[in-house]
Amino acid sequence: MNEMSPTALTGAPLGADSFLHRYEGLRQRLPGARLPWVAALRERAAESFRAKGFPTRRDEAWKYTDLAPLLALGFAEPLSSVDDDAALPPSQGGAARAVFVDGRFRADLSALDDLPYRVGSVAEALPRLDGALGRLAQPSEQPLAALNAMLFEDGLVVRVPPGVAGGVLELVSMASGGERPTALHPRHLIRIEDGASLTLIETTTGPEGARYLQAPVFEIEVAEGGRLNHARLQTESRAAFNLSTVYAAVAGGGTYDSFVLNAGGRLVRNEIHTALQGPKAACHLNGAQLLADGQHADTTTVIDHAAPDCPSRQTYKTVLAGRSRGVFQGKIHVHQIAQRTDGYQMNQALLLSPEAEVDSKPQLEIYADDVKCSHGATVGALDADQLFYLRARGIPAEAARRMLVRAFLQEAVEAVEDPAIQAALDRTLQAWWQAEDREAA
Amino acid sequence: MPAVTETIDTVQSVTESQYKWGFSTDIEMDMAPKGLNEDIVRFISAKKNEPQWLLDWRLRAFAAWQAMEEPRWAMVSFPPIDYQDAYYYAAPKQKVAPKSLDEVDPELLRTYEKLGIPLKEQAVLAGVEGAGESPAIAVDAVFDSVSVATTFKDRLEKEGIIFCPISEAVQNHPELVQRYLGTVVPQSDNYFAALNSAVFTDGSFVYIPKGVRCPMELSTYFRINAKSTGQFERTLIIADERSQVSYLEGCTAPMRDENQLHAAVVELVALEDATIKYSTVQNWYPGDAEGRGGIYNFVTKRAACRGARSKVSWTQVETGSAITWKYPSCILQGEDSVGEFYSVAITNNRQQADTGTKMIHLGARTKSTIVSKGISAGRGQNTYRGLVRIGPKASGARNFTQCDSLLIGDQCGAHTVPYIENRNMTAKVEHEATTSRIAEDQLFYCRQRGLTQEEAVGLIVNGFCREVLKELPMEFAVEAQKLLQISLEGSVG
Repeated sequence: MNEMSPTALTGAPLGADSFLHRYEGLRQRLPGARLPWVAALRERAAESFRAKGFPTRRDEAWKYTDLAPLLALGFAEPLSSVDDDAALPPSQGGAARAVFVDGRFRADLSALDDLPYRVGSVAEALPRLDGALGRLAQPSEQPLAALNAMLFEDGLVVRVPPGVAGGVLELVSMASGGERPTALHPRHLIRIEDGASLTLIETTTGPEGARYLQAPVFEIEVAEGGRLNHARLQTESRAAFNLSTVYAAVAGGGTYDSFVLNAGGRLVRNEIHTALQGPKAACHLNGAQLLADGQHADTTTVIDHAAPDCPSRQTYKTVLAGRSRGVFQGKIHVHQIAQRTDGYQMNQALLLSPEAEVDSKPQLEIYADDVKCSHGATVGALDADQLFYLRARGIPAEAARRMLVRAFLQEAVEAVEDPAIQAALDRTLQAWWQAEDREAA
Repeated sequence: MPAVTETIDTVQSVTESQYKWGFSTDIEMDMAPKGLNEDIVRFISAKKNEPQWLLDWRLRAFAAWQAMEEPRWAMVSFPPIDYQDAYYYAAPKQKVAPKSLDEVDPELLRTYEKLGIPLKEQAVLAGVEGAGESPAIAVDAVFDSVSVATTFKDRLEKEGIIFCPISEAVQNHPELVQRYLGTVVPQSDNYFAALNSAVFTDGSFVYIPKGVRCPMELSTYFRINAKSTGQFERTLIIADERSQVSYLEGCTAPMRDENQLHAAVVELVALEDATIKYSTVQNWYPGDAEGRGGIYNFVTKRAACRGARSKVSWTQVETGSAITWKYPSCILQGEDSVGEFYSVAITNNRQQADTGTKMIHLGARTKSTIVSKGISAGRGQNTYRGLVRIGPKASGARNFTQCDSLLIGDQCGAHTVPYIENRNMTAKVEHEATTSRIAEDQLFYCRQRGLTQEEAVGLIVNGFCREVLKELPMEFAVEAQKLLQISLEGSVG
C-alpha cells in the first residue's frame, strides 16, 4: 500500500471519514443545532452516510464516475478570506444578487432590497423551514443528499408568491480557496407559487488552482402554472470538485427549465431529478460541457413522469479535448398513470482529441402505453466534409473548427432565451479556446 | 354453423391454442440423482465418457460457480432458484446407441414429428409447404440432456463439415474442442455460464473447414421434456477461413406449472473472411396467463470475430420463456470485422425479457448494426439492454443502433437501457430509440378494410418487426410470423 499517504503525514482522515469527522466536530455549531428536527435530520443523514459512504463504481448510478480522486483528499472547514466584492464573478445583468462565500451567506456582498418576493439565508430562516427542508432530498436514498443534510451550513431560500413575476435573481456560490482542500455544502430551497415565475442565474466558481468541493443540494418546488428558469454557469477551478444535486417537483401546468454550462473542475457531476407531478407539467433540461485535459464531467438526469400529458425535453452537448472524459446518464421514467407523455432526449458528444472518452447511458423506463418517447445519442469527431466546405471558402482551419464547435453547441443553448446567458456562454467558450490555445502552444 | 357456436369455438381455440407445443412425451428416462455437487459433475462427465482434461475443466467451472453470486441486476424478478431441487442429467433410455435414424425410439421420432421437426431427412420443415422450393436442412435434435439424432451427417462429411452433438465431438475431434471450448465464453464468465460449464450435457458442434460454404442450413432443435430438469446445452461453432454457415436454433417445452431453468452457452468463432449467421426462434413455454410455470431462459451467447473481415450476424425472435435474459454479443477483434444483431422480443401475459447485445469494437474499421424491436402486451415487461464499446485501437469503427418498443395495453412496460462507451475519436456511434403504441389511425385504416382487431394488430406488429424478420431464413420467417400472432393472442381488446 501507499506508505506515504497523506494520512500518515498529517493524521487527518481522508474521504468519507473526513466528512464524518467534521460532522462530529461541528454538530453543536452547525445551524439549527438546537432545533430538534434539524438535529434529527442531520443524525439520520450521518447514520446513512456512515453506513454507505460515497458511492463507488459498483453502484449502477456511478458506473462511469470514480470518486477516488476526491477520496484521496481530506477536507477541512473553509476559512473565508473574501473581504470585498472584487473577487466576485461579473454580474449577469440581474439587479438582485445573493452571494455565498464558502457556503455562507454574505449580506455585505449581496443586493436583495425591494424585491417582490421573499429571499434570504437558510441558516437564518431555519426555524421556519420545518417540513420544507428535506422534503424532496431524502438522505436515505442518495449518499450525496445524506452528505449535504449532515453538513449544510447555509443556502438560499426563496419563495415567490402567487402570480408574481420575480424577474432575474443571481445566486453566486464561491469558494475562497486556501492551503488545505475545503468543502462547501449549500442547501438551497426555492419555491415558486401558483402562476409565479423567476429566472435564477447561478454561478459557482473559485480561484484557479484551488482545491475545494462544492456539493450543493437544491430543493425546488414549482406550484401550478409556476415557472422557474434555472441557468447555471459552472466555472470551477481546474483542481476543484463539484457534485451538485437538484431535486425539482413540478405541479400541474408548471415548468422547470434548467440549463447547465460546465467549463471547469477536475471532477464535476450534475445530477438532476425532476418529478412532473401534475397534468401538463413540463421540464426542459439542457446543458453544454466544455472539457479540457484532465477533466471529468458527468451529467445524470432522472425525469419522473408521474402525471398525464407532460412533455419533457433534454438536449446535452459535450465537447472534449485532451485526456478528458464525459459521461451522460439520462433516465426517463413514465409511470402507468402518465398517459400521453411526450419525452425526448438527445445527447451528443464531439471528440476533439484521440485521448478523450465518452460514456453515455440514455435510458427509458415506460409503464404507460399511450406515450411518445424517444432518445438519441451520437458520438463522433468533427465532420471532415463540413471542415472541407468551410476551408474551401477561405476560412482558416482553426476558425472553421471553432465555428463548427459553436454550431454543435448551439442547439443546447437555443432553449435559453435569456441574452445574458447566451453572452455568458460565448464568454466561457472563448475562455475555453484561449486555454486550449495556451495548452497547444 | 350458428353464430353462437362459432363464437364459442373461436374463443376456445384462442384460449387453447396459445401454446400448442405444451404436450409432454412419456418416455423412459435415465436420470442422475437430484441436486448439484461435485459428484454430479463427475457423473455427467463419466456418462459422457469424457477425457480427464474436460472433467478437470468442468470441476474448475463448478468451483468458480460456487464462489459466485447469482446476479440480480437485470430488470426481471423471480423467486430464488433452488439449484439443489433439479435434475442435472436426464436422457431418454436407449439400450444401444442408434446407428441410424431407424433405430431411434419411435416415440421420440413421433415427438419431433408433432413439433414439426424433420428428423427424416425430408426436405422442408413441416407446416411450410407452399413456401416455395426450400433447401434441405440438417437437424441435430437435443432432447433434455442428450442429442437423440443428427440428420444429413454423411452428406455434410463429404464437404469436410463436422456437424454433430458436442459429446460426440469430444470423442472424435478432441483437438478442436479443446482448442476452442471456453475461449469465447470463459468458464467463470458469469454465474450461469459457470453453471453451464460445470454441468453441460449436450449441444451442437459445428466446424466448417477453410473455404467451404455449407451447402444447407444447419439446425438444432432443443426440447425440454422431463419434469424438474434444467437444460444446459453448449454449442460451439467454428467457421474457418473463408467459410460460410447459416445456423438455426429452435426450442420448445411442455406446459408445466413449475419453472424450469435453461442456461445454455453458445460460442461462435469466425476466422479470417468467415461468415456465421445464427438465427434463433425461441419458443420455450412462457407460463400461463397468471405467470405460473414457464422456462427461465438465462443464456450466454457470444461470438468472436477473430479474423479480418469476418462477420457474425445474430437474429433472434424471442416469443417464449417466462423470463428471457440474454445478450448475444460480438467481440470484433479482426480488422474490418462486422457484427450484427437483429432482435424481436415479445412479452405477453406475465412474461419478462431483458435482452439485447454487446458489440465490443477492438479492431480498426469494425462495424456493427443493432436493430431491436420490443413488443410488450398484457402484463409483460420488456427491456432492451445493450452495450456498444469502442476501444482505443478501433479507428474508423462504426455503430448504428435502432431500438423500437411497442406497447399494447396499459399494464405492460417497455424499457431501454443502452450503454455507449467510446474511446476513439475517429469512431462514429449513433443510437436511436423510440417507444410508442400502435397508432389509432393505422388500426382504423385496417379495421375499415374489414380486418378484425386482432388481425389488424397482427398485421401492424408484423410490419413493425419486418426489418428483423427479413433477416431470418425463409422457413423460420414463416414460423416466426405465425408465432408473433400466437404470442399476442388475447392481448387485444
